[in-house]
Amino acid sequence: MDPKGLTVICGHYGTGKTNFAINYAIDAVREGKSVTLVDMDVVNPYFTSSEYAEILRKKGVKVISPSFATTNLDIPALPASMYSIFDTTDSVILDAGGDDAGATVLGRFSRKIIDRGYEMLYVTNMYRPMTSTPEDSVGILREIENACGLKATAVVNNSHLKELTTASTITDSLQYAKEVSRSAGIPLMFSVAPRHLSGKLPADEHFYLSDIYVRTVWEEGEPTC
Amino acid sequence: MPEKVLMKGNEALAEAAIMAGCRYFFGYPITPQTEVAMHMSKRMPKVGGVYLQAESEVAAINMVLGASAAGARAMTSSSSPGISLKSEGLSYIAGSDVPAVIANVQRAGPGLGGIQPSQADYFQATRAAGHGDFKMLVLAPSTVQEIIDLVADAFALGDEYRMPVMILSDGLLGQMMEPVVIDETKKINIPERPWAISGHENKRKHNVVNSLYIEPPDLEAILKARYEKYELIKKKEQRCEEYMTDDAEIVVVAYGASARISRSAVDAARKDGIKAGLIRLITLWPYPDDAIISRMATAKAFLCVEMSMGQMVDDVRLIVGGKRDVRFFGRTGGMIPTPAEVLREIKNIKGGF
Repeated sequence: MDPKGLTVICGHYGTGKTNFAINYAIDAVREGKSVTLVDMDVVNPYFTSSEYAEILRKKGVKVISPSFATTNLDIPALPASMYSIFDTTDSVILDAGGDDAGATVLGRFSRKIIDRGYEMLYVTNMYRPMTSTPEDSVGILREIENACGLKATAVVNNSHLKELTTASTITDSLQYAKEVSRSAGIPLMFSVAPRHLSGKLPADEHFYLSDIYVRTVWEEGEPTC
Repeated sequence: MPEKVLMKGNEALAEAAIMAGCRYFFGYPITPQTEVAMHMSKRMPKVGGVYLQAESEVAAINMVLGASAAGARAMTSSSSPGISLKSEGLSYIAGSDVPAVIANVQRAGPGLGGIQPSQADYFQATRAAGHGDFKMLVLAPSTVQEIIDLVADAFALGDEYRMPVMILSDGLLGQMMEPVVIDETKKINIPERPWAISGHENKRKHNVVNSLYIEPPDLEAILKARYEKYELIKKKEQRCEEYMTDDAEIVVVAYGASARISRSAVDAARKDGIKAGLIRLITLWPYPDDAIISRMATAKAFLCVEMSMGQMVDDVRLIVGGKRDVRFFGRTGGMIPTPAEVLREIKNIKGGF
């Protein structure tokens, strides 16, 4: 985690930002840090990190969710407790909503975020049609930066095909990830890979091993009763 | 673009319509359908099509009627409360013998209800999409890939039978992400529409697209002819997928997201030695009557699983006609049944044999 302790996670919607944010937060706790995760996705009310608040709390992550998150109300708003992240000594992770629409919400806090110091990770996935080429991906990154008034500091390659992800799904995306990084002018932090593939990936590349938290009800393993 | 891509159900729905030659989309935002309109707004200008955000759902469906009557492949989408608003236009489309594709990404009702997934618009889709005697073809995908395939079928069926076709999705399918293959080489076959009001150029009599008939005998004759077409569709277009039904004593009947949950439960029941199977409906109208009838040979009971208080179960009861036990299990109001809950129901039924 960045020594300044404030990480913004942004990207095109559906790239896997939330699953990455959950992993990143839990790993930071494992490193002995005190961590607060803020779900800033007030654009799309489905598959947000608030749905995983219970898992996160069990693992020792503090969670700040939009008011009425996971309920039927379609008027999500950020709670007043959001401002506590500018006073805390915790490591803070901001899970932004998708695209420029999701990043607009960040703009309200951009002055305070800049004053506190931040890293902003741009999550990209080659297997999402709107970010499948480096040009398209960087185009979306620029829209996000313009919307929130913050600059991305690194690229996170989260190219995957959900349960069909194999080692080659990820290795096929490495060239793409490097091109996104080069053309965005910021370093590639790492490529994310599911933990079970750890032995099958090239040793000379930097991977971040992750667990899968965001899934549908029928993917949750064998039912028992 | 890579061979396989990761798409949200709603994006896939929109992209599949563009691939099927749809160049006119008229919409209005509502959760959990909004990504359909959003995707259309980004993609339509790139393919020379029209994306128009209408001033209301009522306006949007009437724009579909107009575009379709003029010979274009046109579409609209909404979510439950918005579909209610479209019901007048749906009836006019059916009464005018005009093809159109309408997607309903269902959320909980009644009224404003809630934004979470639901299947409580089954009656609306299959029985009462609007006023008057008419039917719509209703297709129920259960995966993102199947959304792509069924949207193509919806446009083709609409043209073949000159009638509205509904894609009945739900908030879960619309919002979830799955790997899919987009076959961009697939040929689009848009049939001629000699009936369309596209300008007669003094070469033919002018066409009329209309649902008003002044003389009652004329209207009755037209309705009877339309219902003969519906009978033909019932014979030709029933579709479902059967899973482990060959020797099934307990046949689970479900569609869409509920069918995927039920399939996990059937797998678990089989592991426990229970002869369970699944009929997954693909067409909701016409209802796959034939599959239910043929499964009565081995079935002691049918279990309908829905995200509603029980709607589709009525069709199974009608078909079975009291000769088999028909049970229902559902969650509603935006709650989603779990495979464990369905398994418990299967075990309860088994215990009663």
